[in-house]
Amino acid sequence: MNEDLPAWSLSAEAVEGIAIASQWPEKVTREWALGDATGKGVDVCILDSGVDGDHPLVGGLDSAVAVVFDGDETKVVPDEEGDVVGHGSACAGIVRTLAPECRLHSVRVLGSGNSGTGDLILAGLEYAIEQGFHVVNMSLSTTKRRFAELLHELADDAYFQGTVLVASAHNMPVESYPWRFSSVISVGSHEGTDSWDWYANPTPPVEFFARGVDIDVAWFGGSTLCCTGNSFAAPHIAGLSALVLSKHPGLTPFQLKSVLYLTASNTGGSE
Amino acid sequence: MTEGNSYREAVAAGMLPSEESHRALLQSIVDVARAIFDAKASSILLLDRATDELVFEAVSGEGEGDLVGMRFPSSTGIAGWVLVTGQPIVIDDLQQDPRHARQTAERTGYVPKALMAVPLVNGETTLGVLQVLDRTKNRSHSLGEIELLILFANQAAIGLDLLQTARRARAVAEQGEGGEAVVARLAALLERSEDDPAGLRLLEALESVLSRLKP
Repeated sequence: MNEDLPAWSLSAEAVEGIAIASQWPEKVTREWALGDATGKGVDVCILDSGVDGDHPLVGGLDSAVAVVFDGDETKVVPDEEGDVVGHGSACAGIVRTLAPECRLHSVRVLGSGNSGTGDLILAGLEYAIEQGFHVVNMSLSTTKRRFAELLHELADDAYFQGTVLVASAHNMPVESYPWRFSSVISVGSHEGTDSWDWYANPTPPVEFFARGVDIDVAWFGGSTLCCTGNSFAAPHIAGLSALVLSKHPGLTPFQLKSVLYLTASNTGGSE
Repeated sequence: MTEGNSYREAVAAGMLPSEESHRALLQSIVDVARAIFDAKASSILLLDRATDELVFEAVSGEGEGDLVGMRFPSSTGIAGWVLVTGQPIVIDDLQQDPRHARQTAERTGYVPKALMAVPLVNGETTLGVLQVLDRTKNRSHSLGEIELLILFANQAAIGLDLLQTARRARAVAEQGEGGEAVVARLAALLERSEDDPAGLRLLEALESVLSRLKP
């Protein structure tokens, strides 16, 4: 970034200085967006219950940390336990299936008891943003109002820094976060069984619907489970995001969301 | 809270329905859930925050009569999965996971092949999990099933909240000290001695004296 550029306003003579190189096609199609993409070069973080990197569906991890309590404070330590609940591995396997060459990272914030989960999620998300991961999958949420403001600030930090947060929508009539924030990509389930079908929702706050029904996901001991839930819709969009970013590095979260919108199964750009 | 309100709450605590009547509400919810989904079992698990464990509070079908009161760590199993993520889930072919099957069988004596589970949320607080095991109806609309289960979960969450509130109030009434606890115990005693009006007459006399003392 050129430091001479104005931060808060744009003078007439500075306009030339912010010319943005863009090579957008006349029509954005899936072929343009992610055709032949593999996710190579893209870092995807699974903020969850840990990930079993040895599971065949996960196919290896590039890093794994756990957020734990140290007294009243939280700290990030190397993850020695892997997945303690099974949920993170399920999400990681879905991302790997769609984006086989992405780099997968695990940040464990769930599973070590239920007290203080909100603090662990906040600290884990902060860590993930600091690492500069391109995509962070959050198939989780908190109902605690007191965490909402801090989560909102972190989500905005991620948005402006270029880290895409993909969060599963809560399909229950409760207020929960961060999926409701406009700076994240929120995902619910459709009833189809094609992982390459996703839909843009014209009536947010849920912005996209992805495959969330009858999915064979990674489970303990190298086995699989057939599962249904929004938890598994979010990593589909995370995997698709990795594909788009591997083919078009440097897209901002705003641009990526637009590409996903333009190439959704119900918006005419799905060929 | 004003002192007047706390005394009134103490009276309410002394007159609360019994634990059994709250349990009956939870039991009816799992009975109906089991019937609607044509399932082999349904259960409600309460999160005990003091010990970070899940406790079976109501069971219909397989395990009924044996499981109520049984505990296990809150982050384990499918119920733990639902609790920590706060997301409803439907799982089929559970038998593919030998570890889960063995652990479940050791705990409950029953190994489900499929289950649906949904968190029980009241306001900001996750209270527990509602499960439906081995439903036998044709599954054509999983998302519709989840939505139906969520309706039951809302009822169950209200029932669990009432049960917990009653337990806390009863603990104050039975073990607490101070004016509220005394009033709660008095209210409970009066509830139990409806046929003997002597105590009530004494209290009416006390009320008369106290009302004269008031400025």
